[in-house]
Amino acid sequence: MIELRLVVNGEERRLEVDPRTTLCDLLRERLALTGTKKGCDRGECGACTVHVNGRRVLSCMTLAVMHEGDAVTTIEGIARDGSLHPVQRAFVEHDAFQCGFCTSGQIMSAIACIEEGRASDPATIREAMSGNLCRCAAYANIVAAIQAAAESR
Amino acid sequence: MIPSAFDYARPENLQDAFALLAEHGDEAKLIAGGHSLLPMMKLRLATPSILIDISRIDGLAGIDATRDGLKLGALVTHAALAASEQVRKLAPALADAAAQIGDTQVRNRGTLGGACAHGDPAADYPAVLLALGARLRIAKKGGETVKEADDFFRGMFETALEGDAILTEIALGPAPHSAYVKFPHPASHYAVVGVAAKLELQGAKIASARVAITGVGDSAFRAKSVEKALSGVDAGDAAAIRSACIDAAAGIEARSDVFASGSYRAAMAAVYAARAVTAAAIR
Ligand SMILES: Cc1cc2nc3c(=O)[nH]c(=O)nc-3n(C[C@H](O)[C@H](O)[C@H](O)COP(=O)(O)OP(=O)(O)OC[C@H]3O[C@@H](n4cnc5c(N)ncnc54)[C@H](O)[C@@H]3O)c2cc1C
Ligand code: FES
Ligand code: FES
Repeated sequence: MIELRLVVNGEERRLEVDPRTTLCDLLRERLALTGTKKGCDRGECGACTVHVNGRRVLSCMTLAVMHEGDAVTTIEGIARDGSLHPVQRAFVEHDAFQCGFCTSGQIMSAIACIEEGRASDPATIREAMSGNLCRCAAYANIVAAIQAAAESR
Repeated sequence: MIPSAFDYARPENLQDAFALLAEHGDEAKLIAGGHSLLPMMKLRLATPSILIDISRIDGLAGIDATRDGLKLGALVTHAALAASEQVRKLAPALADAAAQIGDTQVRNRGTLGGACAHGDPAADYPAVLLALGARLRIAKKGGETVKEADDFFRGMFETALEGDAILTEIALGPAPHSAYVKFPHPASHYAVVGVAAKLELQGAKIASARVAITGVGDSAFRAKSVEKALSGVDAGDAAAIRSACIDAAAGIEARSDVFASGSYRAAMAAVYAARAVTAAAIR
């Protein structure tokens, strides 16, 4: 077991972890932050996307112990004072999901995509979001939601 | 999908990393971005008893333009390479490759050094490093060696790196007329076929060319007959370039899988070689 200190959604967390715990499993199983989803567990679907030090990464593809001192933001950490993050709101307004399984990953990725300045038009958004699969194929509405959220910034 | 148990160490400098490698021998594995190693560990194709995390070793994540070209630290991420003005200017083929690896999330964690050390037959960088004549700096307890890319990529998941060695830096000469194009696997984005080309131009003609291909053979290779056939060709003559590239995969046993047969891969190698050369010529 290894001692680990992380800042998750602004809150310091100290815990002992088995080194094989992925960041995804740590969030879900140890911190009960089950908004982050595990789809493929092999880097291909994007459902587990979170932000580490402000950049989007796949939490299933990284070990928790590699993130000593890092700031992690999950879907649970983006609403402010009880109101949804603008990208969350845009997803609701544009009906950008069906089953919802991919949605937290899509939203975390979308927030980063807008911050990276890659939400100017649908083609750019689709390329920048290529790491997030949606088995329900809500893609058209996801792209529309991201474009709207970017424009209203 | 849970790896077998292992210990974890995070050395702060190369000396400490060498000491850990010496102590644990074959039982140890280095980890950088983890984007190739972790999938293998989850499938238990790799079962190290200790992981040595080199991702926080100082001084290995630089992108430096020097008089002789570029010096790139092994820990530079794909995203950093893709975003670098200097890389785009001095080695556009490398920026092309970096920008096309996987997706943004993968590029934010995966490293140049890890991708080279892994030796995946469908990885993008090996073709670029061969075409650009890269030199790879390899550090060990006793000292350092520098290998030409031609001597580094040896076969499927096989490189010149020995178990106790760490790839620290990759140096490239300036290659302004260079490009990398690929036919990506639609799901993983790995190269079904990927071709890097670097040209020296003399007026309107190709004075010399280096062309390297990944995805097709057991490891990336130089297409030397294509390189020869390109010399003297008019850089604007698409038909002449296509015919010089026709035997791009000659003499290579092209891999077959569910996605592409060997003969299809070989045919696409010729097509993508011509595209890479054409793209390099107009840079
Ligand atoms: C979904 C997905 C899509 C991908 N798509 C592509 C693609 O399109 N094209 C492509 O080329 N790659 C692709 N990759 C692989 C990706 O580029 C990896 O980042 C890269 O292959 C490994 O880099 P890493 O830093 O993650 O290495 P790790 O996984 O940490 O290590 C890989 C291997 O290299 C060794 N190693 C790492 N660093 C060093 C070093 N400095 N010295 C010596 N040995 C070292 C490790 O011990 C291990 O054996 C993809 C990966 C994923 C998960
Ligand atoms: S669960 Fe991480 S990418 Fe699919
Ligand atoms: S909404 Fe069902 S997978 Fe995307």
